[in-house]
Amino acid sequence: MFGNLDFDVIRRALPYLFYEGMTFTLTLTFLAALGGLIFGTALALMRLSGLKILGRIAGIYVDFMRSLPLVLVIFWFYFLVPYIGQWVTGASRPISVGAFASSLITFIMFEAAYFSEIMRAGIQSISRGQPAAASALGLTYAQTMRYVVLPQAFRNMLPVLITQTIVLFQDTSLVYVLSITDFLGAASKVAQRDGRLVEMYLFAAVVYFTISCIASYGVRRLQARIAIIR
Amino acid sequence: MIEISHVNKWYSPTFQVLTDCTTNVTKGEVVVVCGPSGSGKSTLIKCVNALEPFQSGDILVDGTKVNDPKTNLPKLRSRVGMVFQHFELFPHLKIIDNLCLAQEKVLGRGHDKAQAKGMQLLERVGLKEQAQKFPAQLSGGQQQRVAIARALAMDPIVMLFDEPTSALDPEMVSEVLDVMVDLAREGMTMMVVTHEMGFARKVANRVIFMDRGEIVEDAAKDDFFGKPRSDRAQKFLSKILSH
Amino acid sequence: MNYNWNWGIFFQPNPMGTGTYLDMLLSGLALTLKTAALAWVIALITGSLVGVMRTLPSKGANWFGFAYVEFFRNMPLLVQLFLWFFVLPELLPKGAGTWLKQLPNAPFWTAAIGVGFFMSARVAVQLQAGISSLPRGQKMAATALGLTTAQGYRYVLLPMAFRIILPPLTSEFLNTIKNTAVAITIGLLELTGQARSMQEFSFQVFEAFTAATILYLLVNAVVVTAMRFLERWVAIPGYITGK
Repeated sequence: MFGNLDFDVIRRALPYLFYEGMTFTLTLTFLAALGGLIFGTALALMRLSGLKILGRIAGIYVDFMRSLPLVLVIFWFYFLVPYIGQWVTGASRPISVGAFASSLITFIMFEAAYFSEIMRAGIQSISRGQPAAASALGLTYAQTMRYVVLPQAFRNMLPVLITQTIVLFQDTSLVYVLSITDFLGAASKVAQRDGRLVEMYLFAAVVYFTISCIASYGVRRLQARIAIIR
Repeated sequence: MIEISHVNKWYSPTFQVLTDCTTNVTKGEVVVVCGPSGSGKSTLIKCVNALEPFQSGDILVDGTKVNDPKTNLPKLRSRVGMVFQHFELFPHLKIIDNLCLAQEKVLGRGHDKAQAKGMQLLERVGLKEQAQKFPAQLSGGQQQRVAIARALAMDPIVMLFDEPTSALDPEMVSEVLDVMVDLAREGMTMMVVTHEMGFARKVANRVIFMDRGEIVEDAAKDDFFGKPRSDRAQKFLSKILSH
Repeated sequence: MNYNWNWGIFFQPNPMGTGTYLDMLLSGLALTLKTAALAWVIALITGSLVGVMRTLPSKGANWFGFAYVEFFRNMPLLVQLFLWFFVLPELLPKGAGTWLKQLPNAPFWTAAIGVGFFMSARVAVQLQAGISSLPRGQKMAATALGLTTAQGYRYVLLPMAFRIILPPLTSEFLNTIKNTAVAITIGLLELTGQARSMQEFSFQVFEAFTAATILYLLVNAVVVTAMRFLERWVAIPGYITGK
């Protein structure tokens, strides 16, 4: 059944696949995870701040994002970002921001909703005695969060955060709908050009699978270690 | 009725939980098993109906070898009633349905017959009015009485109790013990893991004392309370009887 | 923002001659729901089987369940759809491959099966967690009453486990609906796909996406409300779930 397949096409395409495609995918994953975590933590703090309006706004944002398919959100931002750029800079026409910037903004905005739920759970999992003890020592609310609550929440939730990043890594393949050359996009372009769909898609599957497997194995190791420390 | 001979159980070569345990329970006898926590008494009683596997030795219940792969375990277990420390009622089933489930699915009794039997046993443990409630709506003592009724509904030839009162608030202990005392006086064969020495004094025929996975003492009740032979049993008794 | 809004676009005829643009979006919504429903049936059935396998004492079943979950979880859904759609027909014997390729509605079946198996791994993980969260004694109590392993799962473990995981299952069902949008890449004209073609034909980007967004929000609201009712309907009196 693999008789008429040509796996050499993969070898020839390797530099393109990895230098162009995988570099884009990994850079996007890393920056989106970082941005999503920062924005997501801010959203979580808003929801737990006790200020009704702030909490409401953050809650609506999170629920809204989580209700929509990522593909639709990608389309939204792809068309919306140029107009926002125009509005921010006061330019006379929509600004073209480029594929990378557009995808990065999309994924930060989208993933923040998911990261915020994780951080919220992490913050809530810390016993009430902790912030109480911090306040008793004279720390302000901001200091309590910064030095006592958030570090613990982050550490407790690290495995979940990494797991979400693995999901994000896989989700970045959806920029395919914008014909961007991420790893899958590169594989797909070679596949179409050389008429080698089977070889290229199988190879892409194996690469995604291997990277995700290694990462999730790392998460399990980490979880085991954290379980012992507690 | 229950014959335990040379039972050994270990999790690893260095972690032995039961060491050469040998004893037996004859028909109509009430045997209390006691000992410090971690002594293996709960493990031993769970071996009797094969809830815990063991590596060597034999256990026979009513002549049937428990550790024989050919034994029909569901059938054997349906004749051995068991009451757990944490009751283990099925939370999604009404009290009466908790009593009916195994009667219908294991014994193949008809629904009406199972219901009638269930109600009769609920009345016996004084909980007829609670039949339509769910387990979480009952107190711990009530739940444990239901658990006893559930086991009795299978018409067991022997009853195993695994610390039936140790998860209960003190004021609820006696309502459960009363049911057990009645059961013993009616001639039920019972093997009971418990710290309730009052219960042992009242109805036990024999007392087994275990420590570190071994049966240290296996004596008639009066002998055990009168003059325990081993140091360990004396120490244990003085600890739990000193208050 | 110099963008020409035209909300009346929805009531203008679409170029396909299938009614208005609104009709086009609604047919997309119907296809989204149809695909998601079939995918969810696949996910629930296979996911439950695999989830149960992961909790069985058999090493083989465990390993299979683990490998199954890892396989479907560690590849992007998009790549999985490509494998089902482009790769599978080529790897099959010639006759079967041709038959697959000529199947009418191939994108629909591929999407339902692809999303279904992708989601089944997540259902399996949820169910495994649900079963493991039950007290160990529940399984023992079922066994002690003589229920077989299959009966224990059927009457005791699964009824509780499914109740416990109802909230996460709700969000997995919502994920299933959302994930059908990925099938736009294999030419399925579901809701997002229809919004995209409406944008290409009419150039009214934001109207098209706003309408799709509102429809997704509506579907979400309906599902969440329905599941709340279901949760209340199957709730067990007195039993407080971990929420």
